[in-house]
This record gives sequence, C-alpha cells and structure tokens, in this order.
Amino acid sequence: MRSVIEGKVWTLGRDVDTDQIISGKYLTVIDPNELKKHVFEIALPEFAAGARAGDLIVAGENFGSGSSREHAPQAMRAIGVGAVVADSFARIFFRNAINLGIPAIEAPGVRAIFATGAIGRVDLTAGRVTNVTTGASVAFPPLPHHLLDLLEAGGLVEKVRRELEARGGSSPGPG
Amino acid sequence: MTANGGGATLAEKILARSGGLERVVPGQIVEGSVDLAMMHEQGAQTVAPFHQMGAQRVWDPDRVVIAIDHWVPASTEGAAVLHRILRNFASEVGLPHFYDVGRHGICHQILAEDGWVVPGDLAVGTDSHTNMLGAMGAVATGIGPTEMAAVLALGRLWLKVPPTIAVRVRGKFAPGVTAKDLVLRILGEIRTTGAAYRAVEFSGPTIERLSMPERFTLCNMTTEMGAKTGMVAPDATTLDYLAPIAKRPPRPLRPDADATYERTIDIDVDDMPPMVACPYSPDNVRPLSEVAREHIRIDQAFLGSCTNARIEDLREGAALMKGRQVAKGVRFIVTPASTKIFDQCLKEGIAQVFTDAGAVFTNSSCSACFGGNMGILAPEEACASSSNRNFPGRMGAKEARIYLMSPAAVVASAVAGEVADPRALA
Repeated sequence: MRSVIEGKVWTLGRDVDTDQIISGKYLTVIDPNELKKHVFEIALPEFAAGARAGDLIVAGENFGSGSSREHAPQAMRAIGVGAVVADSFARIFFRNAINLGIPAIEAPGVRAIFATGAIGRVDLTAGRVTNVTTGASVAFPPLPHHLLDLLEAGGLVEKVRRELEARGGSSPGPG
Repeated sequence: MTANGGGATLAEKILARSGGLERVVPGQIVEGSVDLAMMHEQGAQTVAPFHQMGAQRVWDPDRVVIAIDHWVPASTEGAAVLHRILRNFASEVGLPHFYDVGRHGICHQILAEDGWVVPGDLAVGTDSHTNMLGAMGAVATGIGPTEMAAVLALGRLWLKVPPTIAVRVRGKFAPGVTAKDLVLRILGEIRTTGAAYRAVEFSGPTIERLSMPERFTLCNMTTEMGAKTGMVAPDATTLDYLAPIAKRPPRPLRPDADATYERTIDIDVDDMPPMVACPYSPDNVRPLSEVAREHIRIDQAFLGSCTNARIEDLREGAALMKGRQVAKGVRFIVTPASTKIFDQCLKEGIAQVFTDAGAVFTNSSCSACFGGNMGILAPEEACASSSNRNFPGRMGAKEARIYLMSPAAVVASAVAGEVADPRALA
C-alpha cells in the first residue's frame, strides 16, 4: 500500500446505497471481472466503461449504506479503484472495503471540494485529501493503526493467513 | 433527560464480556469472541477467502448456521452455483446446521425461531439485517463474507464499541397501529444516518409490553438507521420465548440505571397514527392517512420479508383480507418468513384466505424484497410493501416506487388498489 494515492476523481452524491453500486439482480455473480461491468450502474452509469485502475471515488455522506453485499467493493477492487473517500461511510461497506485492501477514507467536507475529472491526492499518513486541480484540501483523522496494518497486509485474507501461519497453519479448536 | 452517571449500556456490557474485559467505553476497539455466526447465500463468497487464509477447520461448527433464503429454491443458474458452493463447503469442513430447501427460511427468522441467539451473545451474520437478533438482548450485526471467513477461522472479530442512542417509548398503540409504524416513526426522527456506527437501545413501558415478534420488527429496521445493532434488554418476555428453543443457556445482561447514552429520544405513541415511508428512502416517513389522500395507485403489494412476515403478521393480514378481494390490476405477493410459518399458515387456513382473495401465496424466501428473485417492478410501477428498504432500484427498476408500511396497511392497499390506511377497513 502506498501512503500517497493520486488519481482521477469520480464524484457521487450522498446516500449511495449498495443497490445503487451493484444492483440486487447481480448478487448471484461472484466473478469480480463480471461484477465490475455493472458497478454504479444505477448511481453513475458511465463509470464502469470509463473508469481506469487508480481512479478515486469521492462521495457524500453515508456511502455504501444498505445491504452487506461485498460485491460492491469487490467490483471496485476489480477495476483497481485507488481509494474511496467520502464525507461518511455506512459501517459494513467501510469494513468490507478495508478488508479487501481498499483504502476507505472518511473525510468530512471532501465531497464539496471535488468535481468529476479532477485529480485527487490522498495522503494516508498525513491525513489530507487534496484536489490537485484546484488546490483545495480537507484534513481527516488518520486511520487507526490496526486498520493501516490491515491495508498494509493487502487486506484481511493476507493478515489472517500470516496469523495462522505463525501459529502453525491451522485454526484453533472449539472453545 | 440523559442519564450520565458512568454506568454501562447494554452494548457496552456485552462487548466487554465478549472481549474478556471488565469495562469498555465507546470508541475503544475490542476483539470480541463470536457466539454465533450466520451465513446465507453471500457465504458462498466466504469459501475462497477461508481457503486463501490457509484455514483448515472452522473454530466451532456448533456456532455456525447456514440458512439460504434469497433464491430458494434456486431461481437462476447463478443461485444454484452459490447453493452448491455452500453445500460442498458445509460437508467439507463439517458444518451440520444447514437449513436447506424444505427446512429453509429467511436467515434471521431461522436464528430467532430456533433459538440460535440468546441474551448476552455477540452474533454476526452475512446479512445487514442481522441487527434483528439484538431483540434477544444481544449484540447482533452484519458483516461481509471476507470478514466471515476470518470469523470462521478464528472465532473472533474486532469491533469498535459504539456509542448508544436510547429510544424510550411510552403509551399504547391505537387500533391499526403496530411496531412497524413505531419503527418508521423513529426512522423519521433518527434518519438513515443518525445511528451510524451506533447501538440503538429500546426501552420504556411500551417496549416492555411488546411481544418478541414486535421487538424483532423494531430491531430489524435499526439497520436502516445505519446502526451497528438495535437491542432490547432481556426480560421475562425474552426468556419465555427462548425457554423451549434456546440452543445455549441465556446470559442476560441489562444496562446500568446510570448508563451513559449519547442521545436519548423519548416517544409517546398514544396519538401516533399509522405511518408510511415514501420513495426513495426509509426515512421519508409521513402519516399514512395523509399519503392515502393522494390516491397513489399501486401495481403490486408485498407482505413478506424479515421485517414483517411472521405468523402474527400473516394472521393479522388474513383477518383483514378475509371476505375481501385483491383490487383488479394489483399483484399481491404473500411470503412467510420461514417454512415453519408457511406450514402454520396452511394449518390455520391463512394461505387459503389469501389465495381466495386473489393473492399469490409463495414458499418462504426473501421474495420480492430485494429485486433479484421474484416480484420485480417495472419502471413505472409502485408497490406497497411490509419490507424494510425503498431505495432506488431496490425491487427492480430504479424508477419504481416502494411504500413501506405495516402488514395491515399492505392488505388495505392491496384491497384498495392504492396506498391505503388499514383503519379504513376495520
């Protein structure tokens, strides 16, 4: 994980729930490369075809509310989204994104300083999101250490794999 | 009035015990040991990460429930594949508590009616409405499938201790008013983000009088408030409900009298009318009678979902339906929350009442609630629904309009062919 992430920004409004990220009709799709064709089909239809690896998503309040579907961040990971920055997140989406190794940054006020097409820069350690195009920026409280560790490991799978390996390769027994 | 005496809320007490700690405070990160883990179809996405983690076995197979519910029986090839992955995984790692087709039901209802979650538990599930089980006096919350893989491997997960919002309710429901109307009313106040990352603790004389099914409805929709969990402190009602079915001994905890709440909301339901959540958000709540005056035509009515498809809901709906007909041009879908409830409806003649009226009475599943299985709406259409979400695209087309209401109001709307107040039928 790089501590500074820079990319082209796509903006979304507030209350973009997971139905608007990946519609319920695609929930039986588990191939991320198929899912990514339908990401934001309701909220931002031009995204799936236009997005490139490294692009950033900047959203308003309550991003990712609604269902627990991991299809939403899975699809974003398949596209290679560099980071998701929002005024605020719904809790399950936030956990899912971090667990998949996608930096999810809560930066109140961030939506107001971006328009689609701007270049954004996220400094994870300094805790600042900057609109490189306009120079505007907002600060955010840096992620707690255990979440930075999780991102550093590349996500939860790798973190647990290391933990189990350190223990000798198997899960603990009951109790 | 906010108590501020340094005592612990119910969520704090449960998370402290779960983390093996004397005391926890909001914002603190706790490694909690999980008492119950539930997976539905989304659990199919747990299998690959579980293997990639190098896990060999599940921490405690007797604490894992698999309940398929979104597409039951499989309605697409994709769904059939998800079910197959789960069945194979369950036999490979030895997970005996699999509610397969024929014993199936909506995952949360299965956990409730078979006593899988007991007071004091930390329960997690791969569905956002896992909050419903907080009605047992537990911390119950939704997680994603990768996180579930870690829970299956380790039996624990990290949680940030949430601040708690107290919702204290007094007064008596007027005729035609239900727990659904109450939770919609509260949603209108807390809104969809007001309880984000927080626990919602319901208390007060009205809550104490509510049955467990009513408490399930309340806690279910704390998900729409953004809450981590919604809960009711366990009492005699909880313990009586669980006595014949509990899978493990309850460990009831109650909040301290001097617990510190972030915010306290006081509600008096004495004069509260039936409510409705209008498109396109569950917090767009208005008195139902006011919306009914706009004569909003509906194309579909749905009595189902984890929020409101228990036997009590279906009995109430059938009592209103009896002797009446579904309006011409309305498709009325009735879907019990579990196979047990389905069977009970057959025994009591409830299924017959609905089919006589021209409704379609389906086997148990999530049905029309989520727009991926059946009862899908076309762009111009409107639906009166007892479910929990009405975001754009929730039941199909993004333009389709969903009105969320009580089971009685759904029946009244199906009869009238438009959004209707159930008191007009009584």
